[in-house]
Amino acid sequence: MNKSNILIDIKRVSKTFPGVLALDKVDFCLHRGEIHGLMGQNGAGKSTLVKVLTGLYPRDAGEIIYEGAPFSLSSPQEAAVHGISTLYQEINLIPALSVAENIYIGREPKRFGRIDWKKIHRDARQAIRKLDLNIDVTQPVSYYSVAVQQLVAITRALEISAKVLILDEPTSSLDLAEVAQLFKVIRRLKDEGMGILFITHFIDQVYEITDRITVLRNGAFIGEFETESLPRIELIGHMLGRDPSALSKEQEEVATVKRRTKSTVEPLLDVHDLERKGSMSAFSLRINKGEVLGLAGLLGSGRSETARLLFGIDRPSRGSTFLDGEEVNISSPRKAIEHLFAFCPENRKEEGIIEDLSIRENIILALQARLGIFRALSWKQQNEIAERYIDLLSIKTPSASQMVKNLSGGNQQKVIIARWLATDPRFLILDEPTRGIDVGAKAEIEKLIIQLSDDGLAILFISSELEEVINCSDRIAVLRDRNILTELTGKEMEVTSIMRVIAEKEVRSNG
Amino acid sequence: MRLRVNQKHIPMFATIAVFLLIYLAGSVMYSNFFSLRVFTNLFIDNAFVGVIAIGMTFVIISGGIDLSVGSVVAFTGVLAAKLMHDYDVHPMLAFSICLTLGALFGMVMGSLIHFFELPPFLVTLVGMFLARGLAFLVSLNALPIKHPLVDSIIDFGIPLGFRTWLPATAIVFIAVTLVGVYLQHYTRFGRNTYALGSSEQSAVLMGLPVGRTKILVYTFNGLLSALAGVVYSLYTSSGYPLACVGLELDVIAAVVIGGTLLSGGAGYVVGTLIGVLILGLIQTFITFQGTLSSWWTKIVIGILLFVFILLQRYLSAAGVKR
Amino acid sequence: MVEAKGLKNNNVQRVLWPLMALAGILLFNLFFTPGFFHIEIKDGRFFGSLIDIANRAAPVMLLAIGMTLVFATGGVDLSVGAIMAISGAVAATVIRPDYVKGILEYGDVQPILLVLAIPLIFSLLAGLWNGLLVALIGIQPIIATLILMVAGRGIAQLITQGQIVVFIHEPFQYIGSGFLFGLPFPIVIVLLTFSATHLLTRKTGLGLFIEAIGANSVASRFMGIQERLITLSVYIFSGLCAGLAGLIVCADIKAADANNAGLFLELDAIAAVIIGGTMWGGRFTVFGSIIGTLIIQSLTTTILTRGVAPEVTLVFKAVVIILVALIQSERFRQLFSRRMGRRKVQIS
Repeated sequence: MNKSNILIDIKRVSKTFPGVLALDKVDFCLHRGEIHGLMGQNGAGKSTLVKVLTGLYPRDAGEIIYEGAPFSLSSPQEAAVHGISTLYQEINLIPALSVAENIYIGREPKRFGRIDWKKIHRDARQAIRKLDLNIDVTQPVSYYSVAVQQLVAITRALEISAKVLILDEPTSSLDLAEVAQLFKVIRRLKDEGMGILFITHFIDQVYEITDRITVLRNGAFIGEFETESLPRIELIGHMLGRDPSALSKEQEEVATVKRRTKSTVEPLLDVHDLERKGSMSAFSLRINKGEVLGLAGLLGSGRSETARLLFGIDRPSRGSTFLDGEEVNISSPRKAIEHLFAFCPENRKEEGIIEDLSIRENIILALQARLGIFRALSWKQQNEIAERYIDLLSIKTPSASQMVKNLSGGNQQKVIIARWLATDPRFLILDEPTRGIDVGAKAEIEKLIIQLSDDGLAILFISSELEEVINCSDRIAVLRDRNILTELTGKEMEVTSIMRVIAEKEVRSNG
Repeated sequence: MRLRVNQKHIPMFATIAVFLLIYLAGSVMYSNFFSLRVFTNLFIDNAFVGVIAIGMTFVIISGGIDLSVGSVVAFTGVLAAKLMHDYDVHPMLAFSICLTLGALFGMVMGSLIHFFELPPFLVTLVGMFLARGLAFLVSLNALPIKHPLVDSIIDFGIPLGFRTWLPATAIVFIAVTLVGVYLQHYTRFGRNTYALGSSEQSAVLMGLPVGRTKILVYTFNGLLSALAGVVYSLYTSSGYPLACVGLELDVIAAVVIGGTLLSGGAGYVVGTLIGVLILGLIQTFITFQGTLSSWWTKIVIGILLFVFILLQRYLSAAGVKR
Repeated sequence: MVEAKGLKNNNVQRVLWPLMALAGILLFNLFFTPGFFHIEIKDGRFFGSLIDIANRAAPVMLLAIGMTLVFATGGVDLSVGAIMAISGAVAATVIRPDYVKGILEYGDVQPILLVLAIPLIFSLLAGLWNGLLVALIGIQPIIATLILMVAGRGIAQLITQGQIVVFIHEPFQYIGSGFLFGLPFPIVIVLLTFSATHLLTRKTGLGLFIEAIGANSVASRFMGIQERLITLSVYIFSGLCAGLAGLIVCADIKAADANNAGLFLELDAIAAVIIGGTMWGGRFTVFGSIIGTLIIQSLTTTILTRGVAPEVTLVFKAVVIILVALIQSERFRQLFSRRMGRRKVQIS
């Protein structure tokens, strides 16, 4: 492909947020008439790259060249005007308005100064026909399935004459038939010369439809590959492996910590056939005391969903749970906490920290909640607990009265871990505890996990970094597509075997 | 063929049902209830409420709320009266000044809400204070309105037969309703208010002029509140600083009962019209009843409001999705 | 080793600005209003401008105490004025169940406990109604409390048949005009309520839970905090405070005026809470709300002594609230920090 075919050329673009390097000298190149897949785990930088490209964030370094000319946008509206349309995962249409109106809102055709509804409906019917869609354009858009809504959103983008179409996880809520329909549309657009950026975590789909793939990991550009000539297992490896250049002394330390093989294990929690419609297929798990069970899998495989079921945030549609041999009903987080469970959620900003409260308050809050309203911890007690964990976890702060919102991501995560440790739990669930944290803090947390389990705590550890899961776990359950495939122990727990499990199962189900 | 009911029309059906129910009950129970005079009185007595309610419809559809309307009505009325009474200003000029001030007032509130991301309820609550205070500043007592032009406006009426007339105030109400329908259905501004209320996030990402729409919506409402103030002062032939205390609640009730979703994004001006008429009907019904004290009106309105809010909540929780 | 440095909680900082504002107003009066600080003791009772201000502000202070907790959970209670009216109406009815228009009878004196308890029970029920709508059904607080604001006054008017019900009931009147330990009784009630609230929220886990719920309800739920129960409780409490305030007003004027009792007072209460520094959904300070009430009341008094009509004080209140809200708003502060050369980076 010659130079004039390049629509977008992103060169060494970087973007930093306080405490986090979201994009580190990333390269990306989109050609005319191609479907280019962008892959990477959560936090890899895919959304950030898109937001920098479309003007939602200003970039800190590097350059963007669009159709041969240097390019700098300041808003998504500008991007649309220049022909770059983005379809986000949450469909950006107006649910209350009709299909036709959604396609033309903001640019409604007028006649004698008033909106020409006849023309809108006529044009809309024509426009959706181009995508093989045949629906009643006067119905509100919320009336239709997500798949249809997506096609409507694409229609709008086309009507604004897009040259570049960015699709951010478009197939997450679609069934097989709907995916096929979407792909048909995308292929036709590609043939017409559009450049399509396709962000997804579904490996099958990437191989089905993309021409080239770019992989990001931890904000860094890993590589650009021709889809046809990239073996699946290599792709998975690129996405999951730890960045070798970041290996530091601390990490090597952790990596060489010999895990004592537990001779006798006592079961703590046993779940049988736990299932939740739309969330997880039936699975059975055993959590043992003093053991770390790691969950490994790609984005969307159901790891967080498993955690939420175990902690009572989501209710299962069927299945049974046994704690210390007796059947229990964990129907809410409150119930779980009564049984001395603890949960550090993946989304620490929205579900974890309470920004406006102090570190001390954040740390003692779960414990106080379990003690109830009337057994209040005294000021002295609160401080003792807070100081203890600030020391134990090396939380960097001048005082325990600092507001949590002023801490870096890593320290915020430590506060959440401290909060749950303060409740002296029997079972601790950690969902992506090291995401967005600097390397040093990561190693600290990993060491902590191993130590806690050695002290008798049962831990469920979820992480997108395979090496991390391997280092810390005694057993690993491998997930794919909301299924728990198998459990690995001992020598089986190593990177290539896990990747093979994920990849192999995929190949099998492709038949 | 199955009857496909557009889910967003359900609140409106409920509104129409309530309207017909009360009308039916009244007509059955009392003679003279089902008369042209009673019907036109609905428009006359509630003209000022109706004018504001039309504006409030747009505000609520856009996802906001405006608590200042009653105070703006009072301020406008008292200012107009003072200008005409103490300064011999021509009524047309006085009214124009009031309308301009009302629009400006709304524009300032809208700007505060948009540029500083302050909650609408807070800003308009402050507006309510401010306007009421300014009204008192203009005059502590009621001021009469007496002017030949004003008198002729008050006397003006379109004969409707059966010895009833439609006075200017009711005509203004109907005209504003028609303008509201046009704006809602045939202008980009109207469509943008729906978009804004339905999903502000999407509206921004779709490139719609969200800020401009927000500010415009409050400006428009301010203008209409001022217009209602003019109407009210004509209706009572005076400007009174304590007028319309608590009016905003009646207006919001009319809008909600008229089928507009409080969460924004759905509602029709026509529905609000019926909502206003329902409010009037309740008052009429109670007057006809004779024995029930008039504050039962407030209680009934409160109950209706509650029922409609429950209905809206249930509908949004059920949420039709194929 | 990290020392437990820093203030006991950030609340002290939060109250600093309102305290300074109050000090400013008092200082102004010290210079320009003769006799402002003059307090004399007659018959063992305190009298003076300052006492007057606090006394007149007592009903709003009670409303503000209840409103503070509601505000902290991210809600608002617009019905407190109506609840005041209901409370007064019920009290008057209890005192004079066989009210005959215009005739002041000297019948049996109802037991004071009944006269106090029944209105408060009604207020509790009103608060429960609000709380159920918000916590159980999930209606937006503005809308939920709007219903009672509309209907509540109608109910109060119904109870009093639209009349101003006058009565004589010495024990009850004591609440409005009596003195205890030299202070007007309303002030004593406020002090008691404030102390009780302080103990209930700061000496137990309740205060922290309320702040947590208001600041991040999802995280609170994940920690097992009983969000619904606590939300329900704050509305009940707000209703109770409003009921108490209604009793004071009613006892003070020896009548129940359903039309005017508590009119506009919910706005004063909200203003006091905002000025006092409580966050809408997060940190609260009841002491700050008390200061806020005093600021509004003393501001009003100061303006009145300058000869301005009382109704016009609304303008001042409006300006003060909007200024405080602006100062507290992120955007406003961004505007200033940008001027000073710092840029604020938004993280998604």
